[in-house]
Amino acid sequence: MIKDYLHKEILDNSSEMEAVRSGYGEGVLEAARADKNIVVISADLTESTRVEEFSKEFPERFFQVGVAEQNMAGIAAGLGISGKVPFIASYAVFSPGRNWEQIRTTIAYNNSNVKIAGHHAGIMTGPDGATHQAIEDIATMRVMPNMKVIVPCDAEEAKKAAIASAKIYGPVYLRLCREKTAVITTPKTPFIPGKAEVFWDSSESKKRKAKRPQVCFVSAGPIIINALLAAKELEKEEIGSVVLNVHTIKPLDEKKIIEEAKKCGSIVSVEEHNIIGGLGSAVAELLAKECPVPMEFIGMRDCFGESGDPDLLIEKYGMSVKEIVKSAKKAIKRKS
Amino acid sequence: MNQFLTDERVAFIEDKAREIRIEIINMLAQAKSGHSAGPLGMADIFAAFYFHILNHDPKNPSWEERDRLILSNGHICPVRYAAMALSGFFPVSELNTLRKINSRLQGHPHRESLPGVETTSGPLGTGLSQAIGMALSAKMDDKKWRTYCFMSDGEHDEGNTWEAIAFAGKYRLRNLTALIDRNNIQIDGHTEDVMPLEPLSEKYIDFGWHVLEIDGHNIEEIVAAVNEAKAIYEKPTVIIAHTIPGRGVSFMENNHLWHGKPPNEEEAKMAIAEIKRTEKKKK
Repeated sequence: MIKDYLHKEILDNSSEMEAVRSGYGEGVLEAARADKNIVVISADLTESTRVEEFSKEFPERFFQVGVAEQNMAGIAAGLGISGKVPFIASYAVFSPGRNWEQIRTTIAYNNSNVKIAGHHAGIMTGPDGATHQAIEDIATMRVMPNMKVIVPCDAEEAKKAAIASAKIYGPVYLRLCREKTAVITTPKTPFIPGKAEVFWDSSESKKRKAKRPQVCFVSAGPIIINALLAAKELEKEEIGSVVLNVHTIKPLDEKKIIEEAKKCGSIVSVEEHNIIGGLGSAVAELLAKECPVPMEFIGMRDCFGESGDPDLLIEKYGMSVKEIVKSAKKAIKRKS
Repeated sequence: MNQFLTDERVAFIEDKAREIRIEIINMLAQAKSGHSAGPLGMADIFAAFYFHILNHDPKNPSWEERDRLILSNGHICPVRYAAMALSGFFPVSELNTLRKINSRLQGHPHRESLPGVETTSGPLGTGLSQAIGMALSAKMDDKKWRTYCFMSDGEHDEGNTWEAIAFAGKYRLRNLTALIDRNNIQIDGHTEDVMPLEPLSEKYIDFGWHVLEIDGHNIEEIVAAVNEAKAIYEKPTVIIAHTIPGRGVSFMENNHLWHGKPPNEEEAKMAIAEIKRTEKKKK
């Protein structure tokens, strides 16, 4: 059963749609009104990264570097070790893509208080094509010491994540998606960085035979809606499951993931990222040590994307509800 | 430090520069790795900054009102470590731990290891951006402290350096002063052979900077240039300091082969003897 604190209508594909990046912009603005040390740097993508409102309300706290992501990272590092809380935003392929080493040395190793927002992450960036679809950023950020990684699943969660990250001292990476996607969470949905939240729990199902969870979906980002829809499909077939929203990929909520792995006995990771190095890998690293269970991975299968309608791309690259259901059954079968 | 630059004071700073050079040679010989030419070439400038120019408190390295000195080309950190130790940031004996395990003196400086090191550096071309971030922060908060960024000439090959130069010009960061160690060498040879930088001063002028060129071994010129930079109200200033790599040790001077290697025991003895000889001559 889907949790009460979510918008239940998402399961009927009739939910409100909003871009995750818009929630981010609102969150930064709200955080900035409360903390005068918050500053924003833009690399010629002010409107697209949704910080235009900030630039109008706080012009003296807004800096434009032009198309220069490396400089953006370095300036942010300097600001962050001088008492400011800089938010830097660009498309994820450019930041933290192009400026990876600047982020490593000047932000992460310096332990500077910088928040890095990678917009247009994942294949749902769509028509722009593979050059602009970051599918490596979770991997390249989570391997960096001192860095925290948060992947909000919708605009509401992105807003909470932006506000929360401003209060965490040190480098944080926020992975954001371009397209308008379903608003899954509500203001009531809990969001605590580092704490995974259950979005679907079959033990609360009205169907007696579908109560026992046999598989746990670990997911993050807007693609989690496909995991929820897969859980609903499985319920029809009297297969119980849990959907865990692992919005914080680093630090990982190890306790909760181990608990669900033990309870369900199999895991399917669902993410819009290369299956190498992303959330699935992080969970596999943990479970291999603590609680090895059969695991399947939904994500980009180590290939680049292409131009196209986001929904069609999700289907073509094996992240559809149908594929997720198939993987779940495979994982369950491997238990015996 | 607001003291007049009397002849006695110049002589004092020159003495400090010699002490810094001797410590550099000792450290590198002990560490058996590291860079020789760059640190020696910057000894006079570091002596002028640590013993005259910088408004700082070695006993309270995180003092909020201190001037910030960013070392962008982190590989010459032995000169900074020597200047810091001699001015009282930490015991001179600790210099022997350079590049060794459990040391605060990392092979390339790390902010969180050693108080007084303002930024982590080593990978080239990122110091000026960080210095800009600090200068912006000071400007926003109306702070009086100044930001100085020491850079190498070779790191002007990096695109990031020029992104930062453009930004500082655009935002007219008058509280920022860059100083370039113009020693004309980099690892693969002479800068003008590897990747020409000239006309360097014209490039900075075009990017909206005030440009000064000095002899980087002349204490009076170093101090005068910094004073002029403070007086320029509408622009950031860059001081192009012409230096001799390996300065003070004749067999290292102007030889790019000494860029990235330390002296062995014998060479260290010769080097220190030579540095001490110049001391006697002057007196």
